[in-house]
Amino acid sequence: MLAVPIQALFGQLLIGLINGSFYALLSLGLAIIFGLLNVVNFAHGALYMLGAFVAWFLAEKAGVGYWGALILAPLAVGLFGAVIERLLLRRLAGLDPLYGLLLTFGIALILQGLFSNWFGSSGMPYEMPSALQGGRALPFMFLPNYRLWVIAVSLVVCLGTWAITERTRLGSWLRAATENAALVSAFGINVPRMITITYGLGVALAALAGVLAAPIYRVSPLMGADLIIVVFAVVVIGGMGSILGSIITGFSLGILEGLTKVFYPEASNTVIFVVMAIVLLVRPAGLFGKQA
Amino acid sequence: MAENLLSVKGLNAWYGESHVLHGVDLEVRKGELVTVVGRNGAGKTTTMKSIMGMVRPRQGSVKFEGKETIALPSYRIARLGIALCPEERGIFASLDVAENLALPPKVREGGLTNAQVFELFPNLKERLRSQGTKLSGGEQQMLAIGRILRTGARLLLLDEPTEGLAPVIVQQIGNSIRRLKAEGFTIILVEQNLRFARTVADRHYVMEGGRIVDQIDNAALELSMDKVNHYLGV
Repeated sequence: MLAVPIQALFGQLLIGLINGSFYALLSLGLAIIFGLLNVVNFAHGALYMLGAFVAWFLAEKAGVGYWGALILAPLAVGLFGAVIERLLLRRLAGLDPLYGLLLTFGIALILQGLFSNWFGSSGMPYEMPSALQGGRALPFMFLPNYRLWVIAVSLVVCLGTWAITERTRLGSWLRAATENAALVSAFGINVPRMITITYGLGVALAALAGVLAAPIYRVSPLMGADLIIVVFAVVVIGGMGSILGSIITGFSLGILEGLTKVFYPEASNTVIFVVMAIVLLVRPAGLFGKQA
Repeated sequence: MAENLLSVKGLNAWYGESHVLHGVDLEVRKGELVTVVGRNGAGKTTTMKSIMGMVRPRQGSVKFEGKETIALPSYRIARLGIALCPEERGIFASLDVAENLALPPKVREGGLTNAQVFELFPNLKERLRSQGTKLSGGEQQMLAIGRILRTGARLLLLDEPTEGLAPVIVQQIGNSIRRLKAEGFTIILVEQNLRFARTVADRHYVMEGGRIVDQIDNAALELSMDKVNHYLGV
């Protein structure tokens, strides 16, 4: 075996899991939105950034700390998303998905532009909650508490979302409407409202990821722009619209990226895109997508 | 004469640019079972979907229990108490049989209980955990009918429920349709199979080119067979 110090291996595995937590949360929201709305939500990265900024504003202007922000920021951004859906995206329903992509891309540029204008691009620090500071020393590495927390929250939220879609009546409506919205509507279900709520929820997941990220990375206007490119690759690999697929792929690719950093660091930034290219060649619908 | 449950007047509908329905008129009285017959492409399925509000734009008048529905979205029309069993059956692949059955929300009191649905279609009870689309064609049809009986809807639109099914299944579906009529459901049945239609219906509407061109009482069907066969191109 390659001579790799065990600390480096576990350290990178941990970073991989953290990245994977964000990939999973973000691609999960994208998958839900794409499934029902058929919209590739390019605003997702900007809304993740918005979540982090709302947390920062809450702390700076209202004295609301991390725990409050964890609830309030996704709520606020989710409502913002619902308004975007209701006022803008709905007008594009039934048109080529390309229009939705362009609209959300425009929204992303506007949001990122506005925040860059107001705050510059270097970003602000966001304080870690005291309860999650510090860490534990394991025999082979130091494990920061906050990172453990991020992984746990992401896992719980992802699996919870998956359980709701698979095990509840609301989830069965969502799955059915993803297949045939016109018929679900003809059964008396208010599909337009369901679409608004779904977009709001998907976006709220992005904002939650933004709050989780705020203490680790800085709160900066372009924090979502770099991340979202990788997340789209994750979504393509997992298969557009597959909820479980996006969760599993998110975590696995984070780990894969971490391992690549250990064994062949030069490729660590590209490995996900290489996987994406291979998947597109071999299984164009994605690992968990339904083959057309 | 009993009051009209559904009254359609001058219904026009379009699929994008193409004008499919050209002023459909039909009436269904409470407790009645009428069929809509006609050749392929005559507009039968489009009429059902337009009544349900699934085809837009639509113009004219569709009144249910005297209430105009032409401007309502389809989910509000459904909540008045109209339910569609679509031609392609519309069983959801990502839902199991129990979920498919439970999908349409209750819109009114007086729907069948699950137990009553299973009494009508015993096959379904054995397959509750199966994926909806793994059922046989006949079972899928039973599921498609069964799920709209639970909702309390009083007007059922059944679009070719016997299409492509074996004779023994057609017979079973026929028996259940007769039972539903006996229990007071009002039914519009789209049917190509006239031999089947005449065993269940009170009246028949004939469609051609996006219009209703004739109306025949079931009792008079025997005498009008030549005319009907001409309409259907048999």
